[in-house]
Amino acid sequence: MTQATESRPGADAPEVNGPPKQSRFWIVEFYSSAIGKKWVMALTGIGLMGFVLVHMVGNLKMFLGRTEFDHYAESLRTLLYPIFPHGVVLWIFRIGLIVMFGLHISSAYTLTRMNNRARPIKYQSPRDYVAVTFASRTMRWTGIIIGLYLIFHLADLTWGFANPDYVRGAAYDNLVASFERWPIAIIYILANIALGIHLFHGGWSIFQSTGMNNPRYNSARRGFAAGFAILVAGINCLFPIAVLAGVVH
Amino acid sequence: MSTTLNLKLKVWRQESANDVGAFEYYDVAVADDASFLEMLDYVNEGLILDDREPIAFDHDCREGICGSCSLMIDGQAHGPQKGTATCQLFMRKFSDGDEIVVEPWRAAGFPLVKDLAVNRAAFDRIIEAGGYISVNTGAAPDANITLVPKEAADAAMDAAACIGCGACVAACPNSAGNLFTAAKLQHLNLLPQGQPERLARTEAMVDKMEEFFGSCTNHGECQEACPKEISVDFIAMMNRDYLKAKLANRKRSGQKKFG
Repeated sequence: MTQATESRPGADAPEVNGPPKQSRFWIVEFYSSAIGKKWVMALTGIGLMGFVLVHMVGNLKMFLGRTEFDHYAESLRTLLYPIFPHGVVLWIFRIGLIVMFGLHISSAYTLTRMNNRARPIKYQSPRDYVAVTFASRTMRWTGIIIGLYLIFHLADLTWGFANPDYVRGAAYDNLVASFERWPIAIIYILANIALGIHLFHGGWSIFQSTGMNNPRYNSARRGFAAGFAILVAGINCLFPIAVLAGVVH
Repeated sequence: MSTTLNLKLKVWRQESANDVGAFEYYDVAVADDASFLEMLDYVNEGLILDDREPIAFDHDCREGICGSCSLMIDGQAHGPQKGTATCQLFMRKFSDGDEIVVEPWRAAGFPLVKDLAVNRAAFDRIIEAGGYISVNTGAAPDANITLVPKEAADAAMDAAACIGCGACVAACPNSAGNLFTAAKLQHLNLLPQGQPERLARTEAMVDKMEEFFGSCTNHGECQEACPKEISVDFIAMMNRDYLKAKLANRKRSGQKKFG
């Protein structure tokens, strides 16, 4: 490599991102670095993957009928009852999810800003990419789609104002009423395809960002990400299709 | 026997970092056993004879080991051939009548000097931050006094193949310098001689890297562009070491009062 050991004005390395943040607490310093933020994105990603997996498994109850599904929905409020009061454990989970979403999005935003700063003048001729995938190039767009969909999903089935037939507590009927409207069903299907694409890159990215790298399992990392994405997004897409097809009614 | 190729070159010309640049077109007839840099030499000789300014580009050893040459050729760092630097790219890779687009590396960390030459001093600053081991002077130690496992030696050698050309930064959609920094960390961090300063080195070099470059989003373009085919596995090792370094926080524990 070329060696510029002397720092002459105009010939030295440029100022781009400024000096690293110094703090009394190691966790603040760690989070202020880009690699630290990638760690946070990976760890919150693992948490959110656990959530989408459990959410998908829970929703499979809709194939067992109204009684089973509503019982499952109510049981979420009585988790660990009577050790904890009614609904408290569910709220602990919700706060955990909100914190994870917040950190995941805030890290992604800061890193995107940093990456835009790192190449202010783009290539003036078309790039010929070799390794990137559609998923890896569209992470921020699939992420935004999932975020917007999440708000709609809550408005539709938790808060209820996006669903004219919403009845509080009647989880199964609300779900069927919503999925029977085909435009809504299509929103759900498209959003879950975006989720699958996001998980395909995120699921593999976790291993790299947290340094889980070993010749023994490296070859399985892409397969894990693809399998997880297809499992969660695929089965999630089945729910509106099952309602539209009349299997669940 | 070599055949002659008639090519159309589209080259980025820019007088200095503060000037406005643009592509310029050149026709060149060149033998297919010429290297890419020799082809640029022919073009430059023609330009000099015409009393025009030759194209500025970086080059030195022309045998793939110095890391001086660069160039974004047809949208790929070091051109379409895998595992070689531009100097080792030969014109037989192209066909008669091709248009070849040549651009400089584009990254905020690599400011443009002139035409196709960029300033890669940011890499030197990263090496200065910790890309070395501290050894006391004195008599040379006995051979084999420090035992190195074969696997560690092989992996360290793979990382040490980095020539610091900057193709990883140029190819990365985010202009991240992670592959360079990881290679320069791990060729020391994998060996016994690198252990005493391992965490301090990781922290210092990563923090310095992040002053200049973007962040890694695991596309994997860098390892495809790398003329030495260095693996992104080293980036994973660096990420792990960085967390350990911040946890251990060696700079401060028991040595220095903070603030």
